[in-house]
Amino acid sequence: MNRPGYYGEWGGAFIPEVLYETFRALNAAFNRAKADPAFWQEYVSLMGTYSCRPTPLTHAENLSRHFGGAQIFIKREDLNHTGAHKANNVMGQGLLVKRMGKTRVIAETGAGQHGVATATMAAKFGFACTIYMGEEDVMRQRPNVFWMEKLGATVVPVTSGSKTLKDAINEAFRDWVTRMDDTHYVMGTVCGPHPFPEMVAWFQSIIGREAAKQIRDQFGGQPSRVYACVGGGSNAMGVFQGFLDDPKVELVGVEAGGKGLDSGMHASRLASRDGSAGVAQGYKTMFLQNSDGQMMDTHSVAAGLDYVGVSPILADLWRQGRVRFAAATDDEVMAALDLTMKKEGIIPALESAHAFVQAFKEAGELRRDEAIIINMSGRGDKDIFTIAHAFNDPSWKEFIRKKGIEYGA
Amino acid sequence: MELSSQITTALARGDKKILLMTHLVLGYPSLDVNRRVIAQMVENGVDLIEMQIPFSEPMADGPVIVRANQEAIEKGITVRGCLDFAREITGAHGIPFLFMTYYNILFKFGVEKFFREAREIGIKGFIIPDLPPEEGEEFFALSEKYGIAPVLIFAPTSTPERMRELSGCSRGFIYCAARKGVTGRQTDFDEEFDAYMRRCRENTALPLAVGFGISRKEDVDYLTGKADIAVIGTKTINLVAEQGVEAVGPFIAGLR
Repeated sequence: MNRPGYYGEWGGAFIPEVLYETFRALNAAFNRAKADPAFWQEYVSLMGTYSCRPTPLTHAENLSRHFGGAQIFIKREDLNHTGAHKANNVMGQGLLVKRMGKTRVIAETGAGQHGVATATMAAKFGFACTIYMGEEDVMRQRPNVFWMEKLGATVVPVTSGSKTLKDAINEAFRDWVTRMDDTHYVMGTVCGPHPFPEMVAWFQSIIGREAAKQIRDQFGGQPSRVYACVGGGSNAMGVFQGFLDDPKVELVGVEAGGKGLDSGMHASRLASRDGSAGVAQGYKTMFLQNSDGQMMDTHSVAAGLDYVGVSPILADLWRQGRVRFAAATDDEVMAALDLTMKKEGIIPALESAHAFVQAFKEAGELRRDEAIIINMSGRGDKDIFTIAHAFNDPSWKEFIRKKGIEYGA
Repeated sequence: MELSSQITTALARGDKKILLMTHLVLGYPSLDVNRRVIAQMVENGVDLIEMQIPFSEPMADGPVIVRANQEAIEKGITVRGCLDFAREITGAHGIPFLFMTYYNILFKFGVEKFFREAREIGIKGFIIPDLPPEEGEEFFALSEKYGIAPVLIFAPTSTPERMRELSGCSRGFIYCAARKGVTGRQTDFDEEFDAYMRRCRENTALPLAVGFGISRKEDVDYLTGKADIAVIGTKTINLVAEQGVEAVGPFIAGLR
């Protein structure tokens, strides 16, 4: 099958008729931008002046020594503006929105990083902005909600379905089918109907392009393995694209193992046996669904990985055996986070910490003259409430109690 | 009899200037209520009924139908249960019944298996809002093979060229979404709407059904002469919730 928007048997554009013209125009605008070298130049220049690109590749010497195996390098997407790789995609789509002449952007968000990035982009480019966020995620990512609102966006808590990322996507589509004339939907990940997987992967490829050069400069050769966490899969697609052409580089995607793959409380579409092929949210991929095709509730300590579907591009790379998939449990994630903070003074987001877990499991198997890259998709500051709760931190609890008294709770 | 000839025959009789199609979500609030609502609808002259098989991600639907889908699933409705119920209903009532659902329901069931069973049951057509012609090669081939009409949707954003393309794939009738957006909000019937209806008429020879925001006799009156079928969706779901099953009959009888 070589239909446009398909990756093997995955992908497509299962969209309601009312959006047909909108997608036709979006495809045309995206194809024009992709064919125009000046557009990519403008994008790179924007990311170099408004954000901190290229982001560093950090040699984690203490962790490397600790595991006694491969040299561990960390790609620092946490140092991107707004604290995660999400900004890459958002600023790129922002430039596209300017070209299309639209004045309003909408987005879904899980962890809130994509929402904050979109609200930031909207503020910079002067767009109106509405963010849809599952009610459950609004509760667990309060600091990001605060910043989105302060940046001028309207945050709409979504109360339908499981009240998480997939429901926020449905709600964003419902907005879009009502207001497609002036509005662009800034899809946050390499999922959804074509051209979104291709478009988001293209903007995120900036991570892999940089990392491929940096590892040559700093290590003097190719890494043996590259690790990235996979929710929808945008940071993974971003870094993997720098190494896809070299079959000697093993690519490892790490999904949310939640309470364990046998617990039924996880978000592992590919690493578990619970996923099956389906069509939802505008595209065909492996979903966590029941035998009737109803989507299941997923679980992860990391809101950004708590999603029923996965990128059609990654589903294809998985089927081909090009990307290996593993899962990290909530408990393993907390341990990896703790170790990374103590050894390197770096605070990965709960999402990113999933990639660290798998890399830590395998680093010792490799020789000291080998290298691995962990894509650190974002910083962990946003997770302070969740992390403090998971560590059961007494002084943090005391602080919250005092704040509560101060606010008259 | 095929769906299109059933519709044209009904219109040609001349006693009804416009046909009525109603919609309900199977399993919401229960199959028993569905059964009684359908009986009221048929007794009061409804010409076609679309039965929605619930899906957890009803992207094209508004809040009322979204909630109905979700509650039906939470209460344990299954695709098997919907098919068995449909078999009973088509056996009990002589009007054409259609399935409305999202593509994943067919895909997971097995698309051909679903067509085969729907034909056995006597279902006349499918409305699948997230399956555009570009993705429907297998679906359209099977609809020919099993004689079940694929009913495609026109939107106010569809160009004349696109309408002709859709019309070429559609059978039975065309479902015209009266406005942008999702189901359940009132539609403004204005000059822009009239121009849209003219555009629909010019670009297909199939009968036109109009849905989204049709809830009153005035709406049905307005559509008479412009469309062939008026579709009542969210309104009856609200009516059953607010006033009970018995309110459906008089409401339907008062629409025309």
